[in-house]
Amino acid sequence: MTEATVTHIGQAAPRPAGLQGIAADWSSDQRAFKNVSWGKAMMWIFLLSDTFIFGCFLLSYMTARISTRVPWPNPSEVFALHIGGSDIPLILIAIMTFVLISSSGTMAMAVNFGYRRDRRKTAILMLLTAALGATFVGMQAFEWTKLITEGVRPWGNPWGAAQFGSSFFMITGFHGTHVTIGVIFLIIVARKVWRGDFDIGRRGFFTSRTGRYENVEIMGLYWHFVDLVWVFIFAFFYLW
Amino acid sequence: MAEATANGLGQHQLHVAHAHDAATGVAHAEVHQEHPIKLYLVVWAWLFILSTCSYLVDYFGLHGYLRWSLILIFMMLKAGLIVAVFMHMAWERLALMYAIILPPILVLVFVTMMVFEADYTLLTRMVFFGAGP
Repeated sequence: MTEATVTHIGQAAPRPAGLQGIAADWSSDQRAFKNVSWGKAMMWIFLLSDTFIFGCFLLSYMTARISTRVPWPNPSEVFALHIGGSDIPLILIAIMTFVLISSSGTMAMAVNFGYRRDRRKTAILMLLTAALGATFVGMQAFEWTKLITEGVRPWGNPWGAAQFGSSFFMITGFHGTHVTIGVIFLIIVARKVWRGDFDIGRRGFFTSRTGRYENVEIMGLYWHFVDLVWVFIFAFFYLW
Repeated sequence: MAEATANGLGQHQLHVAHAHDAATGVAHAEVHQEHPIKLYLVVWAWLFILSTCSYLVDYFGLHGYLRWSLILIFMMLKAGLIVAVFMHMAWERLALMYAIILPPILVLVFVTMMVFEADYTLLTRMVFFGAGP
């Protein structure tokens, strides 16, 4: 009882700055993330575990690429599009990158308006984010179709090292799944915001708990993470 | 019980805590965040610029160490901006920041191990199957 009162959110105990403060937060039997709500802390920890999953994918891709004797297909040429009579390298991937970054921007705005209690703008921005996310997945489907018709398979491709196909389908497929789940998640939260669930304290269908506007920020954390992963995939898979 | 009550009152208390901090001028990590929209727009613009730069690295066909270092620099800058500003990590409590940022660095140890392993595999393949196709 006493302990709960001492460590509840919003009243973080004063701590010395720097590492001493971290040690004080983590030591002795108490809540480590003082003024961070459980929802946010757990989303961060989930994202950390997801970081390791994508880290392992990129690592296995690196290992495959270093250890093969056969030259790796040049992504700049593989992902080129024939527009206006000439091949533009990597153009589709560049557009996908810009789409995803734009969606991250609209999501950040949505979080901001959520904290200002502007239901309408928050919901519209979240739906815009979802639309951009869906566009991204659509372009990815186009890219997959193009590569599959050109003969890329998980066990081989016409241009070089056989591991190219399996790495590509695993990494982008897993990322695309994350984006798809994010779009669904966004639509659900946007509907709650639009309906005013967080203002009237309506209980959720799944958890039977009332939500807060912080849920929009937690949703945002997931969405920005998807964008973050794409930054690394773009650098290591497409540009390297 | 006390915990549940605290959570239910969370929003209200945060407002109070915030006002109190502002009045006394105490630096305090706050859960309740409102930053000027301009900040997001600036970061957004920078992400566009950095993405364009990394695309141009490929477009102009730079290669070798120049290419790799530019890709890594643009990548880290973009990742830093997203985590710090869009995900609000810059305003989180230090204990959470370290708990989330430090573990991924350990992946680099794994990377180092796998570079050695992959080099060894390549060497073995060259010894047994010849230098190349």
